[in-house]
Amino acid sequence: MKNKEINKNVILKKITVSLTVVLLMGALTAFSYNTKLTSANNYIRVPDATQKKKDSVASVKAFAKVYSVLMSPRCMNCHPKGDVPLQGEDSHLHTMQPKRGKDGKGLYAMKCANCHQPENSPGLHAPPGNPNWHLPPSDMKMVFEGRTAHQLAKQLIDPKQNGHKDMKKLIEHADDGLVLAGWKPAEGYALPPISHAEFKKAWITWLENGAYAPKP
Amino acid sequence: MSVLKINGQSYTIDADENMPLLWAIRDIVGLTGTKYGCGVAQCGACVVHLDGEAVRSCVTKVSRAQGKQITTIEGLSKNNDHPVQQAWQEIDVPQCGYCHSGQIMSAAVLLRENPNPSDQDIDNAMAGNICRCGTYPRIRNAIKIAAEIQRKATKS
Repeated sequence: MKNKEINKNVILKKITVSLTVVLLMGALTAFSYNTKLTSANNYIRVPDATQKKKDSVASVKAFAKVYSVLMSPRCMNCHPKGDVPLQGEDSHLHTMQPKRGKDGKGLYAMKCANCHQPENSPGLHAPPGNPNWHLPPSDMKMVFEGRTAHQLAKQLIDPKQNGHKDMKKLIEHADDGLVLAGWKPAEGYALPPISHAEFKKAWITWLENGAYAPKP
Repeated sequence: MSVLKINGQSYTIDADENMPLLWAIRDIVGLTGTKYGCGVAQCGACVVHLDGEAVRSCVTKVSRAQGKQITTIEGLSKNNDHPVQQAWQEIDVPQCGYCHSGQIMSAAVLLRENPNPSDQDIDNAMAGNICRCGTYPRIRNAIKIAAEIQRKATKS
């Protein structure tokens, strides 16, 4: 009788150990599967953009329009890779070489607002203006110049690189004063390739469908 | 009517609010030390201080300047003895002199914000002030001398 009970306990223990091993292996397999999926996937998604049904094709398609605007001189000229803003339709370095400065508003006697007024100055190629004219600050450069569509899409939704913007703030940013200023250029400057309304629609479509980045 | 506070004094002027501040300063108030160079903020000859910032008065509207402290070269110091002015005189910086009120006003902002500027700092501050006589080496030297004058004045 005793031997039977001992054997029963041994069998139960063996079953428990086996089950634990199987479960552990299962969990490990699932984990590695997910890791592989993530690393193989070139798409990324805004973490809190989960309310609506996602459409990666529509998202990537919309981003193509967004990218065409962001890389136009009206946007890119103030998102340079260096500390000197860009100028003109060919995005050359700003004459006089004004520098970004810590807050993005220039340095010493070369602050942006010393020349750039709250509004566009009259005359061909006179300084364009806006009450908030500045570059991104030195600790959050938000570079557009030289970025591929893939790189820029990933950068735009990374709060560590986009000025700590969440989904809501990103959507609101379509109507930011400096963004809108791109469609009110001073004399002699070209408009972005699509209207602001089209841009805003594409921007929101891209974000709400998961903010997928185009393939590299 | 617009009221401009220039060099500590209030001036009531009859001018369109869109008039460039430079016009008001020179043609209405009669302070002609500030010069007209290009008219499109490209040369720096017209630099004045607006609440301490080195704005280009040729593109700054009268409307922007209202309620703010405007300082022109005439008001930079009481006796033309701002450290930058002393340094300018010490090594005779100007040649034709046309751009130098703007140069001095820009240099004054640099020294206020950076009492010990490096060559790079000087470039960063002064690259927007053009001198067709090419007095740039003397401008650089004078700014360093001015920094020294300012440091001595601060110590004593």
